[in-house]
Amino acid sequence: MEKVKIIEITNRFLIDEFEVEPDEIILENNFHKTLDLDSLDYVDLVVVIQSNFGFKLTADDFKGVDTFNEFYNMIETHLHKFTKENAS
Amino acid sequence: MGIYSCLGSNLAEVKNSLYTGKSGIGIDPIRTEMGYSSALTGILPEPNLKKLLKRRMRIGMGQESRYAYMATAEALKVAGIDDAFLDNNIIGLLYGNDSTAQSVIEGIDKLRAVKDTALVGSGSIFKSMNSTITMNLSTIFRLKGINFTISAACASGSHSIGLGYMFIKQGLQSMVVCGGAQEVNAQAMGSFDGLGAFSLQMDDPTKASKPFDVNRDGLVPSGGGATIILESYESAVARGATILAEVIGYGFSSNGLHISQPSVEGPARSLKMALDQANVAASEIDYINAHATSTPLGDKHEAMAIGSIFGGDNCPYVSSTKSMTGHECWMAGASEIVYSLLMMQDSFIAPNINLENVAEEAKPLNLAKTTIDHKIDTFLSNSFGFGGTNSSLIVRKFK
Repeated sequence: MEKVKIIEITNRFLIDEFEVEPDEIILENNFHKTLDLDSLDYVDLVVVIQSNFGFKLTADDFKGVDTFNEFYNMIETHLHKFTKENAS
Repeated sequence: MGIYSCLGSNLAEVKNSLYTGKSGIGIDPIRTEMGYSSALTGILPEPNLKKLLKRRMRIGMGQESRYAYMATAEALKVAGIDDAFLDNNIIGLLYGNDSTAQSVIEGIDKLRAVKDTALVGSGSIFKSMNSTITMNLSTIFRLKGINFTISAACASGSHSIGLGYMFIKQGLQSMVVCGGAQEVNAQAMGSFDGLGAFSLQMDDPTKASKPFDVNRDGLVPSGGGATIILESYESAVARGATILAEVIGYGFSSNGLHISQPSVEGPARSLKMALDQANVAASEIDYINAHATSTPLGDKHEAMAIGSIFGGDNCPYVSSTKSMTGHECWMAGASEIVYSLLMMQDSFIAPNINLENVAEEAKPLNLAKTTIDHKIDTFLSNSFGFGGTNSSLIVRKFK
């Protein structure tokens, strides 16, 4: 999947499920602060990512992810790995 | 006070329904598909909280919590309690609830589908626990006092007010948010329907619930949310509140008999205890809001219990608002206090609709078949539940 498609899908669930204002989604913005995430929200992020992309993250996977761009990159990395594993 | 029920989504709508004798009962076709014997139910809209509460606030709320939120938001507004007051005072929360069937089933269905607990989502646990309403309301309204749920079957809402009254009387709290809520969905009532306790008179849903009538054949399940703000006299005066009425008596008892069959002696003890606690004579009661759910046995026993204490020439007006609302179960004890307070405010007795032929045992009661314009200074409200739990509250107009 192309990164532009990953961003499109991700932004859609962030807006629909997490009620982020579209104009707040900026690549360099802090992802956690913009979404005002607490510990429970990461549980729901794992659920929504699994239902949209098919792979399951853990809390550790969010470490080192600060900006929206890093969030998209993290999803892209896991998705490629997941796709590769399931293709082989 | 605040209300969200099949008679209306706020106090003004509900008051109008009560005065005009409008039924809130209809048919839920899903129940027939699911194998219910009766598709009758209270019909009320699903509250849309998306514009009222943030996602994190909403995500742990099941249907009963959404109803309770609507009622509580109205109650706080009507009582003149703003955000600053909530933040700067120790306010308690005692709320009646006795099921979260829809949320439990949805959570288990999800788990069965995904086969991984980490994929069920964060809201499920908070929706599924029986204390879901108190955990949600205390968080949303930042309540910092006593905080727990009362589960006492169909007397839950009434006991919540009784206990709130006791906490204030003991000086342990100056203000307590009390109430009751009941989910209204096809998942919640199947096992109850299976007991054969529901009315089968589906041809005209609005006429199915007929407490004290010879042709009553069972209750109609219903629900919503009802909230009462109780506070000490000193607290009310200090903040310049409009005092609607005061709780002056709380009677309770347990039948100690059958798990579902009613008794006369248990409710009679609850009634007598409420009168003793209030230190009022039976003749001082202007109106009794009966528990009467339209079941053959339940209404009969309550009529006998009321008749044993109030029967005769001076029997106060009696009506069961369940003739209009159906049985609001865990919510009923609180909603019927709200209904009675609305009657007290506008000096009328809401009718026991659909009462055409009064059952023999109810003939000693002064039943209001139609709306009666009548001043109410003091009323009594009964609530009885499975397991034989009984609660009677006496409320007097503040003068």
